[in-house]
Amino acid sequence: MKRCFVVHPADNVATLLDDAQAEQILVIQASGGENTLSLHQPINLGHKTALNAILPNTPILKFGIPIGLATQPILPGEWVHLHNCASFVDSRSATLDIQTGRPGDTLYE
Amino acid sequence: MSNLTQTWNGYLRPDGRKGIRNLVLVLYTVECAKFVAHEIAAAEPDTHVIGFPGCYDNPYAIRLMLSLARHPNVGAVLAVGLGCEYTQPAKIAEVVSRSGRPAEWFYIQENGGTAKSIAKGKALVQALRAKIQAETPIVPMTLADLTVGCECGGSDGTSGLAGNPAVGAFFDLLVDAGGSAIFEETVEMVGLLPLMLQRSASEAARQALSSAYEKMDAYSLSVHQHSIAPGNFAGGLTTIEEKSMGAFVKSGSRPIQGVIKVAQPPPHPGLWVMDTVPDEYFMQFGYTNPNDTEGIMDLLSSGAQLNLFVTGRGSVIGSPVGPVIKVTGNQKTFQRMQDDMDFNAGRILTGEITLAQAGQELAELVIQIAGGQLSKSEQIGHREYFVMYKHQNTPSLSEGCRV
Repeated sequence: MKRCFVVHPADNVATLLDDAQAEQILVIQASGGENTLSLHQPINLGHKTALNAILPNTPILKFGIPIGLATQPILPGEWVHLHNCASFVDSRSATLDIQTGRPGDTLYE
Repeated sequence: MSNLTQTWNGYLRPDGRKGIRNLVLVLYTVECAKFVAHEIAAAEPDTHVIGFPGCYDNPYAIRLMLSLARHPNVGAVLAVGLGCEYTQPAKIAEVVSRSGRPAEWFYIQENGGTAKSIAKGKALVQALRAKIQAETPIVPMTLADLTVGCECGGSDGTSGLAGNPAVGAFFDLLVDAGGSAIFEETVEMVGLLPLMLQRSASEAARQALSSAYEKMDAYSLSVHQHSIAPGNFAGGLTTIEEKSMGAFVKSGSRPIQGVIKVAQPPPHPGLWVMDTVPDEYFMQFGYTNPNDTEGIMDLLSSGAQLNLFVTGRGSVIGSPVGPVIKVTGNQKTFQRMQDDMDFNAGRILTGEITLAQAGQELAELVIQIAGGQLSKSEQIGHREYFVMYKHQNTPSLSEGCRV
């Protein structure tokens, strides 16, 4: 079974340890314990999935700290990234391509 | 577990510091002298090149180059100028000589142009190398004699879970053994001031960390760019806050002794933060970390004999002056780029090894490479360098800066 990892008990997201499809995956808690989660969509190694429903304008928690703010409702098993999570300080990141992170705001000619 | 108190042979410098390599450094003082400098060093063993591209001199760049010219791994220096520029190769050679190292210099214009300068430079480099090979005292070294820097680049979602924690576990072992550990990138400590303050070793360290944090915050807002790149997002990092927390774990768990600036050796052993952010100046801040190579140059300038570079996505760089050991927490990156990667911390995430084992294995690898084994980037010949215009207020002598 594909795996994801929860760093801190307070976290509402987990980091994928394998590339996974929309499938049932194992959730490994750093603090001990395991359970499963159904992914809504394919999510790659290193990316994050929501562990529970997250309301807009509530913090995304990883390492036990807020790493950003939800910009739309997020379901458990959904991919959490640039399209639904915004930095508190960095406004440019919201303009980048969701898949590649590449910028579209710089003119080349 | 092998014994981390084991010794290896190093090179004793006149200031008492010990090097793990015995190099001749060719240093050029303007872009116009770059080709000649590289031709001089081509095919010469144990001969590395750094240089500064600007014609107009810059105190920060001169301090940085002098700290590399008097680095523990460097035994001798040849400074090469064109002849028109502000930065003076003669003064560089003079300062290096005062450190007890043999040093030579010349201008390409006065020496009859390209071909004659390459020939003269090669003869000088060969004489310098013969001298340091014959005369440098060989002494035993242990982890207590090492200063190790660490930065991360091409980070992804594994960096904060495996690559950086592995370095943190090693840094704890290094600090406990009496060595020095340096980490930088205050621009990747966004949101972490409370955590940094909890780790302060003293009130002075608290104040230094607070000021460095405030400056970083003002800087990041001023340049409208946080320290996070397309590859980081593609690798699963969503915000600078997330990247920051993942980066900070490379510091391990020991108290932070304080903040040093570029070209400033740590005043005493232990764990230190390096502030590489420009201080406010007439041209304002400029860019702080234009690329990973600049960060590695900064870490080297503290006297770090080797550096760890944590890269989830897979960087290929090395550096002149000191070996770079590349650590990845991403199993796929390790498999895809094995010729470039020295250490697979991704095994923590597959359950093959524990974090403590990773720290121990990394310490053993550091000892082997300090003892003369070549890192992957050394084997391949990666020696990227980057010296730029920047302004930092000069640290006072009492803060440990060597003149």
